[in-house]
Amino acid sequence: MTDRLLTCREVIDFLAAYVEGELAAAERAAFDRHLAVCPPCVDYLHDYRETIRLGKAALVSETEIADAAPEELVAAILASRTRS
Amino acid sequence: MGSARLDPTVQGSEEALLARLRAGEPAAFDELVRANFGRMLAVARRMLRSEEDARDAVQEAFLLAFRSIDRFQGGARLSTWLHRIAVNACLMKLRSRGRKPEQPIDELLPRFYEDGHRIDPGPPWRTEGPDPVEERETRVLVREAIDRLPETYRNVLVLRDIEGLDTEETARLLDVKVDTVKVRLHRARQALRALLAPHFAGEAP
Repeated sequence: MTDRLLTCREVIDFLAAYVEGELAAAERAAFDRHLAVCPPCVDYLHDYRETIRLGKAALVSETEIADAAPEELVAAILASRTRS
Repeated sequence: MGSARLDPTVQGSEEALLARLRAGEPAAFDELVRANFGRMLAVARRMLRSEEDARDAVQEAFLLAFRSIDRFQGGARLSTWLHRIAVNACLMKLRSRGRKPEQPIDELLPRFYEDGHRIDPGPPWRTEGPDPVEERETRVLVREAIDRLPETYRNVLVLRDIEGLDTEETARLLDVKVDTVKVRLHRARQALRALLAPHFAGEAP
């Protein structure tokens, strides 16, 4: 997939590997050649990365607040140890 | 996460705690629970979306950890090890709930013409303005979109992109092939992108 210009479909199908840096140098170069001439794929790549970032921020920020452990639950957890 | 190198002081205090746990010292278990409860509950809430199930899973995770503390290998952080056990307890909980029929994800994936061009790419997302992540409303909206993903896809997205597990470990925990994890993760992100597009595409409101 290195000499001819990739299609949008090929680029989008292998986008995860591109984003994760898993492509070989020649494949990466072929991707970059496509992106240089295809604004819709550049947009898709941007949105894809933004989706990952938004997802992470949304789930981590709301639930990462470290609750103080409720006493009754700590007691139940510790009691389960001595019972087992 | 698993490759984080240990700070010598952290390592020293972890080894001390581990020795006390292995000796069965009650105060050491108390300490372990209090120090890790919040983080483990956060993981369980992300994966289970039910406060009751999340608390159950955390309790089960600690019980599993207590039982296998002798098998804990140094080299990883105790908190990383507990994180994996919590993830596992949540997956067991999800399996015990039984699988609900799932909506097909296909309609949320991009479509292509025969020549490989994308059908209806839609307007690009806004890039100017304040970072949407800073707005609480946006975070709620994104969370709701993640919850609309079919569970098979949601699980992979949460494990890989949010809990930070690698592909191999995700595959092992879900008992599927590495390639299956890769395909599901890519589709989950694409579907989430499609669900978010109406909110982020076009001109700033």
